[in-house]
Amino acid sequence: MNLRRLVAIAYKETLQIWRDPRSLAIALLMPVMQMGLLGYGVSLDIKHVPLCVYDQEQSSLSRQIVDSFTAAQWFRTVAVLGTDRELRAAMDHGSCTAALVIPVGFTRTLFTTGRAELQTVFDATDTNTANVATGYAQGIVAQLDATLNARWQAAHAVSASAAGTVNLSPRVWFNEGLDSRNFIVPGVVAIILALVGSQLTSLTVSREWERGTMEQLISTPVTALELMFGKMTPYFAIGLLDAAFCLAVAAFWFEVPFRGSLFALIVTTALFALVVMGLGYLLSVRIHSQLGASQIALMLTMLPTTMLSGYTFPLDQMPRAVQAVSLIVPARYYVAILRAVFLKGSSLWEMAVPIAALVIYAGLIIRAAARAFRKSLD
Amino acid sequence: MSSAGARIAITASGVSRHFGELAAVSGVDLSIARGEIFGLVGPDGAGKTTLMRMLAGVLRPDAGSITLDGIDVLADPEAVKPRLSYMPQRFGLYEDLTVAENIFFYAELFGGAPAERRARTAELLEAAGMAPFRRRLAGQLSGGMKQKLGLVCALIHQPSVLLLDEPTTGVDPVSRRDFWAILYNLRESGVTIMFSTAYMDEAERCSRLALMHAGKVRLCDTPARLKQAMPGVLLAVSAPDPRAVRAALAEAPGVLGVLLKGDHVNLRADSTARAGEFAAILGARGIAYTAITPEAPGIEDVFVALTGAQAAS
Repeated sequence: MNLRRLVAIAYKETLQIWRDPRSLAIALLMPVMQMGLLGYGVSLDIKHVPLCVYDQEQSSLSRQIVDSFTAAQWFRTVAVLGTDRELRAAMDHGSCTAALVIPVGFTRTLFTTGRAELQTVFDATDTNTANVATGYAQGIVAQLDATLNARWQAAHAVSASAAGTVNLSPRVWFNEGLDSRNFIVPGVVAIILALVGSQLTSLTVSREWERGTMEQLISTPVTALELMFGKMTPYFAIGLLDAAFCLAVAAFWFEVPFRGSLFALIVTTALFALVVMGLGYLLSVRIHSQLGASQIALMLTMLPTTMLSGYTFPLDQMPRAVQAVSLIVPARYYVAILRAVFLKGSSLWEMAVPIAALVIYAGLIIRAAARAFRKSLD
Repeated sequence: MSSAGARIAITASGVSRHFGELAAVSGVDLSIARGEIFGLVGPDGAGKTTLMRMLAGVLRPDAGSITLDGIDVLADPEAVKPRLSYMPQRFGLYEDLTVAENIFFYAELFGGAPAERRARTAELLEAAGMAPFRRRLAGQLSGGMKQKLGLVCALIHQPSVLLLDEPTTGVDPVSRRDFWAILYNLRESGVTIMFSTAYMDEAERCSRLALMHAGKVRLCDTPARLKQAMPGVLLAVSAPDPRAVRAALAEAPGVLGVLLKGDHVNLRADSTARAGEFAAILGARGIAYTAITPEAPGIEDVFVALTGAQAAS
């Protein structure tokens, strides 16, 4: 490999990128757009679930229960109902997703028997929301229960130890606020890098074939490796710039906690950029049309990285066969790495497995791309 | 390498190439000496481009062998590339780069000292009459300028063999003159030049030429000897309506071929003595003509005589 020819190709390519508004637009605008769209648009947190309150008792305790439901941001009261019929209608119309029913005699039953029942009704057409809202309701009731219990024990002069209550005190690590944005945004960076990276390089060789410049180029002493590394160098720089931009937005704008080392982040990001750009380049060499190559690059990155990288859809919840398929999606490893670096502060060594997977991937793709190029019109 | 081999720049033997059913080039044998300006002449579709591509090592033949400067092109296509310059028929430079950037790119691909590159760039741009256009984007050049830029890029690394595929197609006469001036200078320095053309008048500028038709080389010799080889003699009939003359005489006894040449018709006949008979036929049919005179054959006449086809003129 001759460094001078490599540099000549890289320089030429840089000039062409600079003068091709389409490439530049893809390179610079797509990440901005996607970061905003995906960072803001995708959130798994369910807040302000519309709640109908049907308080049949109207006591001080029942009002306290209603207040505890709406005190946090999980529920928001949209209607106060007076009859069963109204409850039915409200659920049918979908004006509320959840309803809280406090039966008559709730307070009396509770303080005489020590047990009383509240009813919550959920509209489960959206199962995920219903599930999450059920969880919220249980949490609120459990807390309420603990407060009431303490009060009841105090009133009856029974010590807590004698009652033998077991309290679970859950601690959540790495994402203390259980904020799904902290979980999703690093994945968004991986998706953007995969899309932009593969798109950029998918155009580069096919453009030479399409414009008829390849015939003269292959009559020179340039080699497949010089062409590949020369062409990939400027795009690699653009890809890293995009990644730096997206990662900075993740850390400073979306305020995803960053606990790892910058060095680990740079090394792994460069590695992933190499994989996706190698893939785009391979397609560009194989398919002599810009449109065809970029379409296939889009197909090969868009769906796998969104569905099978674990960025929103947890991989361990998928059927075994799908999990096996996800092993060949490079974004899966980078998403895992990003989450580990951001939220856990993992070191390179702790991420050895996904890093090794990316190294193998990069090696295979670069090798395939180098071999796919033929200095011939055949 | 034998001493005879050292004088030979390009050899092709039995070179063939098919595209599906079509035999684009079949069984071509050529031997081109160092320092020749060798022309490959033939109409569109004769197989010129396919043959040039195979010689340049960018397309593999189905059969046959090719050597350039004694190097086997098929066995080691990369070994000949530093010595070779190939200018494809379709403009192969970067339209979004300037003249100077294109030249710099090709110079760097072939290596060489920067000082030498600068001197050579200046010299070639001067010779091509393109010095004022260094900063112009290649895409904004005229057709002739583009071809001259192609030649400058091809010559920047001082190749020993130059392969030009229809370099002057669509080029204005002034640019063509610059173009040929550069080529003649190159020959002085021992560069072997092979070019293809559909223009018969350019063929006369070659030291030797090959007439190609339907994938085969029909004749290969100096222009002078090719003309002598033409069967029959040539009579030029000048007339206000040359088409009428052609129609009247095409089937006349003694006529071997007819070629329309703008304001006159070239009749290939078995003897100059037929001139009187032809005048009589034209007179009998009432077709006006100004003169019937013997004419020295051009390459196009030879070509038509050999193939029956009329090439671009």
